[in-house]
Amino acid sequence: MTAIRLFFHRLASPPHFYELSKPWGRAFAWIALVLILVGLYGGLWLAPRDFQQGNGYRIMYVHVPSAWMSLFVFMVMAASAFVGLVWRMRLAYAVAAASAPLGAAFTAVALVTGSLWGKPMWGTYWVWDARLTSELILFFLYLGFITLNRSFEDQQTGDRAAAILALVGAIDVPIVHYSVDWWQTLHQGSSFKGLTSEIAPSMLWPLLVMMAGFMFYYGWLVLWRARSEILLREADREWTRKVVGS
Amino acid sequence: MTRRHQRLVMVLLMLGCVALAVGFALRAFNGDLLYYITPTQLYDGRAPAHGQFRLGGIVEKGSVRRLPGSMTVNFTLTDYHHAVPVVYTGILPDLFRVGQGIVVRGRMVNGIFEATQVLAKHGAKYMPPGIHPLKPSSGQEKMLALKRDLAGGARS
Repeated sequence: MTAIRLFFHRLASPPHFYELSKPWGRAFAWIALVLILVGLYGGLWLAPRDFQQGNGYRIMYVHVPSAWMSLFVFMVMAASAFVGLVWRMRLAYAVAAASAPLGAAFTAVALVTGSLWGKPMWGTYWVWDARLTSELILFFLYLGFITLNRSFEDQQTGDRAAAILALVGAIDVPIVHYSVDWWQTLHQGSSFKGLTSEIAPSMLWPLLVMMAGFMFYYGWLVLWRARSEILLREADREWTRKVVGS
Repeated sequence: MTRRHQRLVMVLLMLGCVALAVGFALRAFNGDLLYYITPTQLYDGRAPAHGQFRLGGIVEKGSVRRLPGSMTVNFTLTDYHHAVPVVYTGILPDLFRVGQGIVVRGRMVNGIFEATQVLAKHGAKYMPPGIHPLKPSSGQEKMLALKRDLAGGARS
């Protein structure tokens, strides 16, 4: 018990995190590269054509992981915001701030790839159904977080203001996820029901590999970006001067 | 109570209030959040009395008739309880076929739905060609599978 507490206590200390994040980030980057290459090869070459959509369905190997990450990153941001607000942990604010542009990018990719798929399959680039609209709102929540976070003279004020937005905005995450169950939408329902899937195994495994790859990709980038966010927040500290070497 | 506990309680209270507010708002607008209504909901009088609305259903077997020499097509959308005849002039999406979920936009004129837009609704199934998901063993199974694809939030 004390060992675990000590681990988290040390992890929360900015200089220690700065040390640890470098090797971890590197490892994540390599794992992400391998997984995404394997997933792309599996999805674009090995997986068979779909009985209805032909090759057009293959965009899901980017669309589904991006959409999944758009929700996951927001949950990480909201959890960090919560820890930051309650425990006043600077590292948590740094992680939230580092996550926001990444989450926004994942959301944008999900929206654009979905739109490109929608034109040939549905017959339209865009509809205002519950799933698409709530995902678009998620994108604007990310943009709002980024702007709010940088809108104050004092970074701590910006961190707190944006943290409240992240917590309030987190309510959109279950709405995006369950929109296809709660309301009749043009977007199809989830292909996953518990642990079973309506996707044939030969098409499913590359998708799961891609999703794991995207997770590590985010892990790498968030550690990398959090490092600079930490330096920004600790600019006047002794250890920062030592690390930067001035 | 320490300061930390106070902050924890404040944040949780704020979250609870926001969740409650959003929950009530979504409940109030529940009917408007449906992208389309089903034929059964249409017969229950849930369509607007005037103007356009969207109707979603399965293209009924043997109902597709094209008017020779024109772009006009007639078909029937069903949810296996009620069926609505639809007429549309224009280009149909590639996925338009018998047994496919379709969402049409337009208005009811003398018992016929005059569509101005036809969109295909894709199901959640992905599989290689050669396996025919639209031919499950029994008729009832097929109906259930299609209904589930179509239904989305009809449970509410």
